[in-house]
Amino acid sequence: MDLSVINPILLLAALMSAATPILLAATGELVVERAGVLNLGVEGMMIVGAIAGFIVAVNTGSPALGFIGAAAGGAVLSLLFVFLTQVALANQVASGLGLTLFGLGLSALMGQSYVGVKPPRMGDLNLGPLSDIPVLGPILFSHDAMVYIGLLIVAGVWTTLKYTRAGLVLRAVGENHDAAHALGYKVKRIRALAILFGGACAGMGGAYISLIRVPQWTEGMTAGVGWIALALVVFASWKPWRVLLGAYLFGGITQLQLNLQGAGVAIPVEYLAMSPYIVTIIVLVTLSADKSRAPGSLGRIFHASH
Amino acid sequence: MSFTKLMATAALTLGLATGAFAQDKTKVGFVFVGPVGDGGWTYEHNQARLAVEEEFGDQVETVFVESVAEGPDSERVMTQMALDGADLIFTTSFGYMDPTINVAAKFPDVKFEHATGYKRADNVSTYSARFYEGRAIQGHIAGSMTESNIIGYIGSFPIPEVIRGINSAFIHAKKVNPDVEFKIIWAYTWFDPAKEADAAKVLIEQGADVILQHTDSTAPQAAAQEAGDVITFGQASDMFQYAPLPRVSSIIDDWAPYYIARTKAVMDGTWTSTDTWDGIGPGMVGIGEITDAVPADVKDEALALKDAIASGEYHPFTGPLKKQDGSDWLAEGEVADDGTLAGMNFYVEGLTGEIPQ
Repeated sequence: MDLSVINPILLLAALMSAATPILLAATGELVVERAGVLNLGVEGMMIVGAIAGFIVAVNTGSPALGFIGAAAGGAVLSLLFVFLTQVALANQVASGLGLTLFGLGLSALMGQSYVGVKPPRMGDLNLGPLSDIPVLGPILFSHDAMVYIGLLIVAGVWTTLKYTRAGLVLRAVGENHDAAHALGYKVKRIRALAILFGGACAGMGGAYISLIRVPQWTEGMTAGVGWIALALVVFASWKPWRVLLGAYLFGGITQLQLNLQGAGVAIPVEYLAMSPYIVTIIVLVTLSADKSRAPGSLGRIFHASH
Repeated sequence: MSFTKLMATAALTLGLATGAFAQDKTKVGFVFVGPVGDGGWTYEHNQARLAVEEEFGDQVETVFVESVAEGPDSERVMTQMALDGADLIFTTSFGYMDPTINVAAKFPDVKFEHATGYKRADNVSTYSARFYEGRAIQGHIAGSMTESNIIGYIGSFPIPEVIRGINSAFIHAKKVNPDVEFKIIWAYTWFDPAKEADAAKVLIEQGADVILQHTDSTAPQAAAQEAGDVITFGQASDMFQYAPLPRVSSIIDDWAPYYIARTKAVMDGTWTSTDTWDGIGPGMVGIGEITDAVPADVKDEALALKDAIASGEYHPFTGPLKKQDGSDWLAEGEVADDGTLAGMNFYVEGLTGEIPQ
């Protein structure tokens, strides 16, 4: 065992980047669920975002455009979910699962000629003197732009939900869609916009994997991250900062356990491998011992019959 | 109505429905652990499936289900294939072992072929490739080329097949470089590109300049390319898109001849339960082109090693070898028997860390 081979600065820096895909997807899903819609299609929207972003980035040579393409790809796929659940009033659970399956298949088809292609690199953001601060610089200020955009999205979602009228309306729709409808709010329109936002976030999360973390296109490469993001929203009691905490905990412990394994620490590997899941669940469940609960209308179909 | 009765009725209905016109076609099913586009393990199995179609044309119909989780879910998939009239089913991952045996017991007329396992029945054969022969060549190149003397190894699950590979690579790396050290990370997945890439990055950060992988995607290759000055080996498939660097060589699985032979046996009615374990000699394991990034003398030695293994003149597990705890395993000149290799659950002397149990 040799712990000195683990560089804590690199570890913490890797944490921020490892957590970003889950963070983006979970924040998007949080908004969707706060609007009262349960979209189980996160995995499908992520993988479509991953390939859509990859295709755009490769063809334009610009990773930034790639992420915009990924957001568009995820949003377009979620449009299908909007149609199924808000227009055709289909069951949300079945539609969401269908969306995941469809997304996995569609992405495999779209990506056929992109296997083995190397995407353009997104350089780290130049934050000038901030990056030169010892210890903190490499940990906090030497990442690609998407890490910070992810954080900004969390902050933006939190502010919007808590302090703005739009956020209040969205929460009202999620808590009691009949009451919101009676007050004259366009329940379906608001939900459709929330679902599109969720799709765009999931798409960017997927593209973070295909453009930055791996970087390559492989079929099915999200490998279940979307499901983890979904679970995270529930364990985080539908609160943005807890989603951030959960994503960083999960990403951080995943990185830590790989490092500990590499250093040959004498903890059985099975425990190390399960630790990210266990620790994240314990911390978030403990936190949610307060009175947080799911949005009142979550998963229920809204039909304006009167 | 009980579940079995329900199944039986379903089977009967399907049998009646398809029996009329399905008689002359042999239906071959494949259960895959990853997507067919993983660029590695499953990709090669799917290539072999296509080769079967090519060989027999209209006489066969193949079906496959990809990304099937190991465990109960695979049992459901196999049952469905058997109900749909498959005559022969290839289950292509170690974790399908018990499900294959369970489903085979329910469908005595369907033939099953399980890859890399060790449990057989009257209608279950097993087949595997001696990947460890390829690992010996990898170990030789890795040990010769490492400058930091640290070789990173991404393991999937601690099963005999993977442990054999680690031991074989280590023995041959140590032979050419006594100071070599292996760092092993268990990913507990066959296919998760993000995790595989993370594991590769961690190993590189901890000083490894060679990455060996026993997982299915090309993600570690991408991570190594990104880091620079790191060499890798294609796993299961050639992964030539990462040549000449980081990928300097590869182990390629060639299942096509076996799949064609077994399908033919079912057609002829000559199929019997067998245990096949072929290596470089019969061509089930191929060594991908060694690129010019490898020094010429190392390349020549590696090719000589390959020839010696192929001809049977040299066995990668030849004594004297000790187990990790220092106890004797093989005496001078003694060669490991297949039984021990098939159930290998120990490291050889010099490897650090414990095998998760």
